[in-house]
Amino acid sequence: MQEARGKSQVAGHRSLDAGWAIALLVGMLVSLLVCENVPLDVCETQACVQWRDLIRQKLAAGEKPEQIINYFQATYGDRVLQEPPRGGFTVLVWILPFVGLVAGVAILVVVLRRMTAQPAPVQLETAPSDSADEYRERLERELEELE
Amino acid sequence: MSEVALRSTKKTGRSIWRVVALLAVAGLVMALALQLRARNATQPTSGVAPDFTLKMYPGYDGGLGKPEIRLADLRGQVVFVNFWASWCVPCRDEQPALEQVWRQYRSKGVVFVGVDYVDTEPAALKYLAEFGVSYPNGPDLGTKISPKYHIQGVPESFLVDRQGNIVLFKIAPINEAELVTALDHALAK
Repeated sequence: MQEARGKSQVAGHRSLDAGWAIALLVGMLVSLLVCENVPLDVCETQACVQWRDLIRQKLAAGEKPEQIINYFQATYGDRVLQEPPRGGFTVLVWILPFVGLVAGVAILVVVLRRMTAQPAPVQLETAPSDSADEYRERLERELEELE
Repeated sequence: MSEVALRSTKKTGRSIWRVVALLAVAGLVMALALQLRARNATQPTSGVAPDFTLKMYPGYDGGLGKPEIRLADLRGQVVFVNFWASWCVPCRDEQPALEQVWRQYRSKGVVFVGVDYVDTEPAALKYLAEFGVSYPNGPDLGTKISPKYHIQGVPESFLVDRQGNIVLFKIAPINEAELVTALDHALAK
C-alpha cells in the first residue's frame, strides 16, 4: 500500500533533480529521536543529519524515491512515516475518525428528534357515568316534587 | 404480527444495539488504557529478559558463523545486551571498555550483543570499525527490539543471567569495573 502511494506521488516527477527528491523524502519521514515526530527536513539532531546524508547517498547510487521510503520503513518501522500506511491494523487510524463522526451525527439526530417530538394526543375516554345519571334522575324528581 | 409483538421486537432490537454500543465503547476504553500502560512502561530491571532476534551486520557476528542471533538460544550463557548508536556521544565513552571486557570474558561463557538503535548502516559500520568492535552487532530492524526493553535513549544496557533473567540495568555509560563486577557475580551464580 505504502509502495503504491509512494509510486503515485513520484511517478510524474522522475526527471526532476535530486534536490526535489530529497525534499519529498524528508517531507515523508519523521524523526524518531530527540525531536520525535518532527519532520526530517527541520530536525537538526545528528541522527537526522545522518538520515538526510543517507538519502542523498542512495539517490546518488540510483535508487528511486519509493525504494528509499521502503528501505526506511523496513529499517525503522511504520513510525518513521509522516502518514501511517493505509493498510493492516493502522487502517483504523483512517477509518475511526469517520466512524466517530457518523456515530456522533446519528446520536445527535436521535436526541434532537426525541426533544422536538410532539407528545401523542391523549384520548380521554368518556365512559358513561352511573353516578351522573343517578344525580340527574334525583334532581329531576326533586324538582317535580317542588312543583 | 400483532402490535404487542411488533413493539417487543423493536424493544429487543434497541437493547441489542445498546449492548453493541456499550461493548464498542468498553473496547475502545480498554485499548486506550493498554496503550497508555505500554507508553508509561519503564525498562525491565528483573524477571525474564524479553526475547528478540537480531540480524547482525555483515562481519559482525562475533564469530558465531550465522547471520542472526536469538536471545533465547543463548540460555545457559551470561548475555550483555547493549543498546547504542553511532550518533550517540556517550556511547563513544563506554565503547572501548565494552570491547576490552568482551575480549576478556568471551571464553568464559559470556556473550555480548550490540543492538544499534535508529541508526544508518554506513555510519554504524564506520563506528564499529573505528572502535574495532568484534562482538555480535546488528541494527534494531523495524525498531522492534527497543520497545520490548522500553529504552528511553542510548546507551542503555541489560545483563541477562544463565537462566535468562535480567540482573542488571544501566541507563548511562557503563564503566569497566562495574561491568566486570556484574559479570563475575552473574557467572558465580
